[in-house]
Amino acid sequence: MRFLAFAEQRENKFKKPAFEVIRAARTLADQTGGEVVALAIGSGVRSVAPTLGGHGAQKAVVVENPKLEFYSSTAYAKIVADVARQQQANVVLIPATAMGKDLAPRVAVRLDAGLGTDCTALRVEGSDIIATRPVFAGKALTDLRVNSSTKVFTLRPNVFTSGAGDEKPADVENVDISLTEQDFASAVREVRQAASKLDVAEADIIVSGGRGMKGPEHFRMIEELAEALGAAVGASRAVVDAGWRPHDEQVGQTGKTVSPSLYIAIGVSGAIQHLAGMSSSKYIVAINKDKDAPIFQIASYGVVGDAFEIVPALIAEVRKLLGKG
Amino acid sequence: MKLAVCINHVPDTAAKINISSDGKSYDRTGLSYIINPYDEFAVEECLRLKEKHGGEVIAISVGSDVHKETIRKALAMGVDKGILIKDDAIRDSFALARALADELKSLSTDAIFFGKQSVDYDNSAVGLMVAEMLGLPSVSVVVKLEINGDKALAEREIEGGHEIVEVKLPAVFTAQKGLNEPRYPSLKGIMSAKSKPIEEKHPSPTQPKVEVLSMNKPPAKAAGKIVGTDVHAVPELVRLLHEEAKVI
Ligand SMILES: Cc1cc2nc3c(=O)[nH]c(=O)nc-3n(C[C@H](O)[C@H](O)[C@H](O)COP(=O)(O)OP(=O)(O)OC[C@H]3O[C@@H](n4cnc5c(N)ncnc54)[C@H](O)[C@@H]3O)c2cc1C
Ligand SMILES: Nc1ncnc2c1ncn2[C@@H]1O[C@H](COP(=O)(O)O)[C@@H](O)[C@H]1O
Repeated sequence: MRFLAFAEQRENKFKKPAFEVIRAARTLADQTGGEVVALAIGSGVRSVAPTLGGHGAQKAVVVENPKLEFYSSTAYAKIVADVARQQQANVVLIPATAMGKDLAPRVAVRLDAGLGTDCTALRVEGSDIIATRPVFAGKALTDLRVNSSTKVFTLRPNVFTSGAGDEKPADVENVDISLTEQDFASAVREVRQAASKLDVAEADIIVSGGRGMKGPEHFRMIEELAEALGAAVGASRAVVDAGWRPHDEQVGQTGKTVSPSLYIAIGVSGAIQHLAGMSSSKYIVAINKDKDAPIFQIASYGVVGDAFEIVPALIAEVRKLLGKG
Repeated sequence: MKLAVCINHVPDTAAKINISSDGKSYDRTGLSYIINPYDEFAVEECLRLKEKHGGEVIAISVGSDVHKETIRKALAMGVDKGILIKDDAIRDSFALARALADELKSLSTDAIFFGKQSVDYDNSAVGLMVAEMLGLPSVSVVVKLEINGDKALAEREIEGGHEIVEVKLPAVFTAQKGLNEPRYPSLKGIMSAKSKPIEEKHPSPTQPKVEVLSMNKPPAKAAGKIVGTDVHAVPELVRLLHEEAKVI
């Protein structure tokens, strides 16, 4: 099998999920005896492309064009599909990020390929790849097989390993794909990045506050704890709906699905829709004054008590441990 | 403006999901159903555009007769007309998108709206597949939309920020929470929905490309432990996170 892994980058820095899809492709290729080609699209990505070798790609295909500096749904889809055909890839792996989720369905249509989205595991069985993916926001898991000759999978970030190995730098091949005005029918004009804000979808530690925080002003405490831990701030829907926090922080079935190493839920009851978005976190800490709150049923570590006393003490203790004060 | 919105009928988000005896699907007995929450934002956006620019809104759903319940909800909110594409076979996103695209092609709308994701199988795929099949530009996960003549300026959510995308109509949009605040159907809306038409269509069969082999409940998480009560538990909590879990 030949694998094509989409190496997502922003501002010519590869995103961690790019390394995860390359490493996943490498693992499958080692079992099926195949090759891994990574694909980097952008403007000025060539210089960083060889580093993809260290993550398991034999070859890095680079498609460069000044107009590709920002993401374009239509142009990127054409490039990924054309390169997949040129490289005779049977399996295309794409990160299930904001960009990858937008891109993969178009790529699948162009390649007449079945699509398995947001997969959390891939395994080889005979000559097939079986994908596992959560459905109903993690309330059930399915195993699926894609029956078309070309297969596209998106992989949930933070679930697959991404470590650099001792592989040699990838051979870089420049590929020219001719693009017309029409190919840029949907193209990003501008990116507004919230200043240095760590997103819950990318964070390794998340500190979430719920209605138990009593009001928006008390989220300062949540932010301070997050700062001390280098974590992102998350929120329950109750506090987002109340306007205490922006909705891009909402975790849960109608918010973001996250799987950090550590999820700290403070004053969050643990409604089924909230659990749906965070129950696959490696470790869960719950701080709640109600010992019967459902969040304790899935918490690795629980503390029963008033958040207004516990959180300041926790901030101090963390700062002491991490030497920040 | 002629607008179409694709809506799905999904189990209530509070529902407990049980696996049916074939081991490949979920058990529908006793579940209550709702309009997919993201599709509600999509419906609302269409209604607002209609209020501003005039025109017509058509809601389309693929499924069995029970989907009429969700189509009626959209009609009660103010949608003008419903289309039910009758097909109850288990299908993948590709086949679903094909059935919708075939229908949408003949409607020649100015914009087509979807939810960013259906909260049953969580694929986030159908809207973008339809866009590609119809050769239309798209913006997914939209939190803000402005339409001026045949141009649309949309803001989509990405990790830690937003992207601004400009597209020419006709185009496809998938709605994210935050786009608007969906209205509740008024009594008058509910009454008039009863007399609005729901047209039934039969799609040409397509072969699914994805086969579900099994569906299971996730492994139960080991019961957690209560470290303690009040501030006294804090030093032990930090020690456990540092030494046992090694996450800080
Ligand atoms: C269609 C649909 C989709 C939904 N999607 C989501 C979603 O994506 N994400 C989501 O989070 N919810 C979602 N919900 C809402 C969900 O059902 C709950 O209403 C919500 O999660 C509750 O938020 P909460 O835990 O902050 O508030 P509450 O349930 O009110 O819990 C507050 C908690 O704080 C505790 N508390 C109070 N004071 C203190 C104190 N001083 N110290 C410590 N603890 C204290 C209380 O004991 C309680 O457990 C959805 C609901 C629906 C119907
Ligand atoms: N059976 C269906 N009928 C009509 N529209 C659907 C159906 N399933 C999904 N959709 C639309 O496609 C969007 C994305 O769904 P999905 O790709 O399944 O997550 C939904 O929010 C709906 O707008």
